[in-house]
Amino acid sequence: MSQGAATTIAGNTPPVTEKRKKNLLSDGQGTLAGFLISPTMLVILFVVGIPILLSLRESVFRKFTTPDPTTGMIPEGESFVGLQNFTDIFAHPQAVDGAWGNIDRLINSFLNVTFFTIICVAIETVIGVAMALIMARAFRGKGFVRAAILVPWAIPTIVSARMWGLIFDADGVMNKILGQQILWLADNSYSQWAVIIADTWKTAPFIGLLTLAGLQTIPSDVYEAARVDGANAWQQFVRITLPMVKPALVVAVLFRTLDTMRMFDLPWGMIGQGKYYVETISMFAYIENNQLRYGTAAAYSLVLFAYIVLVAFIFIRLLGADVIGDEETRAITEQRKRQKALAKAENRKTKLAKTTITSGEFQS
Amino acid sequence: MTHARTTRRVLAAVASVGAVLITAACSSSSTPTGSAAAGGGVNWDERGPITYAQGKDTAGVWAGVLKEWNDAHPNEQVTLIELSPEADQQRADMIKRGQAKSGEFSVMSVDVVWTAEFAANGWLQELPKDKFPTDGMLASAVDAASYFGKLYAYPQSSDGALLYYRSDLLDKAGLKPPTTWDEMQAACDKVLPTQKGMSCYSGQFQKYEGLTCNVAEAVNSAGGEFITADGKPAVNSAEAVAGLTWMVDGFKSGMIPKEAITWKEEESRQAFQDGKILFLRNWPYVYNLASKTDGSSKVAGKFGVSPIPGKTGPGVSTLGGHNIGISAFAKNKGTAGDFIKWIASEAQQKTFLQKGSLAPILESMYADADLNKEFGYLSTLGESIKNAQARPKAVRYGDVTSAIQDATYAALQGQQTPTDAFNGLQTKLEDLLK
Amino acid sequence: MTAATSHVTAAELAALNKPRRDWRFWLGKTGIFLGMTFIILYCIAPFYWMVVSSLRLPTMGRDTSFWPNPVSFENYPAVFDPINGFGRALVNSVIVSLSTTLVTLLFGILAAYALARLRFRFKGIVLAVIIGCSMFPGITLLIPLFKMFTGAYPWMPINWMNTYQALIIPSLSFGLPLCVWNLTAFFRQLPVELEQAAMVDGCTPGQAFRKVILPLAAPGVFTTAIITFIAVWNEFMIALTFGTQQNMYTAVVAISKFTGAYGFDTPWGTIMAAGVLVTVPLIIGVLIFQRRIVAGLTAGGVK
Repeated sequence: MSQGAATTIAGNTPPVTEKRKKNLLSDGQGTLAGFLISPTMLVILFVVGIPILLSLRESVFRKFTTPDPTTGMIPEGESFVGLQNFTDIFAHPQAVDGAWGNIDRLINSFLNVTFFTIICVAIETVIGVAMALIMARAFRGKGFVRAAILVPWAIPTIVSARMWGLIFDADGVMNKILGQQILWLADNSYSQWAVIIADTWKTAPFIGLLTLAGLQTIPSDVYEAARVDGANAWQQFVRITLPMVKPALVVAVLFRTLDTMRMFDLPWGMIGQGKYYVETISMFAYIENNQLRYGTAAAYSLVLFAYIVLVAFIFIRLLGADVIGDEETRAITEQRKRQKALAKAENRKTKLAKTTITSGEFQS
Repeated sequence: MTHARTTRRVLAAVASVGAVLITAACSSSSTPTGSAAAGGGVNWDERGPITYAQGKDTAGVWAGVLKEWNDAHPNEQVTLIELSPEADQQRADMIKRGQAKSGEFSVMSVDVVWTAEFAANGWLQELPKDKFPTDGMLASAVDAASYFGKLYAYPQSSDGALLYYRSDLLDKAGLKPPTTWDEMQAACDKVLPTQKGMSCYSGQFQKYEGLTCNVAEAVNSAGGEFITADGKPAVNSAEAVAGLTWMVDGFKSGMIPKEAITWKEEESRQAFQDGKILFLRNWPYVYNLASKTDGSSKVAGKFGVSPIPGKTGPGVSTLGGHNIGISAFAKNKGTAGDFIKWIASEAQQKTFLQKGSLAPILESMYADADLNKEFGYLSTLGESIKNAQARPKAVRYGDVTSAIQDATYAALQGQQTPTDAFNGLQTKLEDLLK
Repeated sequence: MTAATSHVTAAELAALNKPRRDWRFWLGKTGIFLGMTFIILYCIAPFYWMVVSSLRLPTMGRDTSFWPNPVSFENYPAVFDPINGFGRALVNSVIVSLSTTLVTLLFGILAAYALARLRFRFKGIVLAVIIGCSMFPGITLLIPLFKMFTGAYPWMPINWMNTYQALIIPSLSFGLPLCVWNLTAFFRQLPVELEQAAMVDGCTPGQAFRKVILPLAAPGVFTTAIITFIAVWNEFMIALTFGTQQNMYTAVVAISKFTGAYGFDTPWGTIMAAGVLVTVPLIIGVLIFQRRIVAGLTAGGVK
């Protein structure tokens, strides 16, 4: 959500009161809203809701795969296996050699996802914020830079995977520039870095753009005031810039995090299948699906789903990512929060004012 | 903090979904065994239009072949369905039709390694041996088209590995093409000191199906076996481990350049053509490309081919190629039967060789003097295929091959010793072949 | 910080207010210039490599000289060699992306308007569901959809593999939330007073929407359309799963399956040329509409 939208809303919203609820605007709105929203909700039900239910159902079944020893024929059909598709991680671990030693394949891909997400998002955020800071200072060539920044974003991921595959070839240009012969496309920690580099390239500019938009909503007189107060560049960055761009940045980082967690195209197109240093849960589930083992495929994809829900929950809970960005929902929560905070309000407010220069002037 | 309520709602929604699942789970479906592929009760006289599905026709031979058939059989037209160029995807497409009991692909070109899986699932029509004779065909190819003693397809094309060597350099050193690994190493020791930046040998060691072919050759050439004749895995034998050890040591000693671990067919061909390696294990397709005189190959006219070397004598190639089978659910099986016989006939095999560089399945053709003049590698290839060994014939071949690749790649990358890798593989294969 | 204030003298204040043109100023300028150059290089260099690789001779696909020698355009006609079916794939991509965009816009505008303007119960839930959908791992949906579309479920005896609907419908799963999300943000930015005025003049909310909001929101709708279009155009996993025959590949799938004149060939030059061909129109579009796209991305925060 843009900082701009957030401030306007914060400024415009009249408090939720009985009077407002009964005014002209709200008459019969429930029915109208129902009409307007139901097509979207129906589509979502069909393409998301039903598939999730079916995924849950698939995840507790398993196809027969063992041939009859006398005829060599495989019986048709599937059997209910309960949670075996999940618990086999412990009961029948499928050990593979990845970056984390010889461990179960699902756990390995889980760790890969975690590793990629943490490293990629961290690097992307740092580079992205740095880019935004530079762009915000620039006087000329801003449009050009902004256009350049959209290039990585516009290239289809699978095309960029092939492109980076060529760059990281054993006899490729990356090794030529580095003057070494690193085997990026084998299956080792360099492969992981190849994926990280390619992913960072594609998405850091995106974070940069979002941050830039956040930066541009900070009025320059805030910095003037800070400078007058003798704040140095670092202090300005930490005390003004970061808090001001935080809402935009946190949402951007959240979406990048969730996106990185379901990464598929990049390692698939660049490094290949069955490479345990870079295999993500999405890839593993896809491979299982291709082997027609729907049960395990669905189970692994649900593990990923649960993981994503958990991370999203943590983000929203702990970092206060304002994902919904809706005034009404926000107003209700705000109100409740206000009531709760009332008791210790005085204390907190003064403390806040000390840590953040801007807290008094902006943001309600 | 702000959206605790929303989060709670999302979680509540997830939980209610879970509740529905429990009800859904009770309606299990499990049909008993039953396959339509049994040999009897098939009408081999039913004729009419059919389809033929195969991977992408990269060489562009099929338009002509099908035109010839269709002109001669106006009421039994064959329509070509081109699938993906990737083997995995072709297999998945065919499996989907099989699972849906769809006869959409009347005739299918099936990779030799999928034949067992397709047959076991009852997707391929068993071919009665009295109606489908296999005389004159390569025994190894016929074996690869059979499952549990029954024939499920006709061999369509074959393939085997060749050793490409730099004849100019070997001649200069007064050497003959090697037949054993030791001879090859000795040749390298003699030639390489005078050749800057050249490595001894390479095959295909990227982690993909080609790695399975390469390691199978090493194991078989060392006298080992992945799976014995009675279907039991035997990769923890001393011979099998010796085969893998040869590959691992090759990387360690620098006999194989270390970047070869990322090479597939093309990268290794490129390296050979650029003069970076002395010996190359690859498929017959390299022959024409390396002979090109348009400047793309630096070794045109300077190389020769021989069967691949082994531990103590000539090596054992991995058998490649495709079988052509009839879907168990197809209509017009009479036409389908005629069609596959026609594809396996000498005239068509010759067309495939000449236009598509596909290795024929008829033994006699490898001795044909005219063809040998045209294809300098043909008799060598015939020798290679005659000795060739099929990859493990397993119903769950997809899992078997990825287990083999896992173990091999881990050994090549030094994550495991060859012995440990193959001991682990043995356990996995025992589980997969149960 | 408050402590620091007392130390500021009048002279220092004057110095601060004067535009500084000392060495520090120039150092800063140079730093920013270098930074900008770095950003541009960072973004463009890999793409440059793609272009350069596409301009080599087809037989020199993996060459590493920084400038193609000789420069050759042979790869570009090769992209359209009938064997790769790339022309058809482009058409497929356009059909799928356009249809998905239109459907999502049609549904999305309605839903977004309701979410941005109307007051109703369960709004929080609806918003949570929509945002939840955009966080979804595609693979979770793909597996059951795959079974549904192959007719593996007895209650759905259809075979939708290699049909347009099988490519379009699953794309809605991420296209629609993306679209609703962006549009809601846009609608919220429009001043509510306009509608109120319209309603005072006797318009119903429906009329107010049609006559006032929609024309005003046109730029936002357009931006959302572009973003959705690009997202669908670039989608790989769904297209790969449901379009398994060459005549139903989308452009990105076709690129991932390019073959050369013989089975093992990886025609790098052709692949890179095709990559350039699918990317350049997007880049041109992005350049033309960059302000709008930036605004849209910023508003939506998605992808």
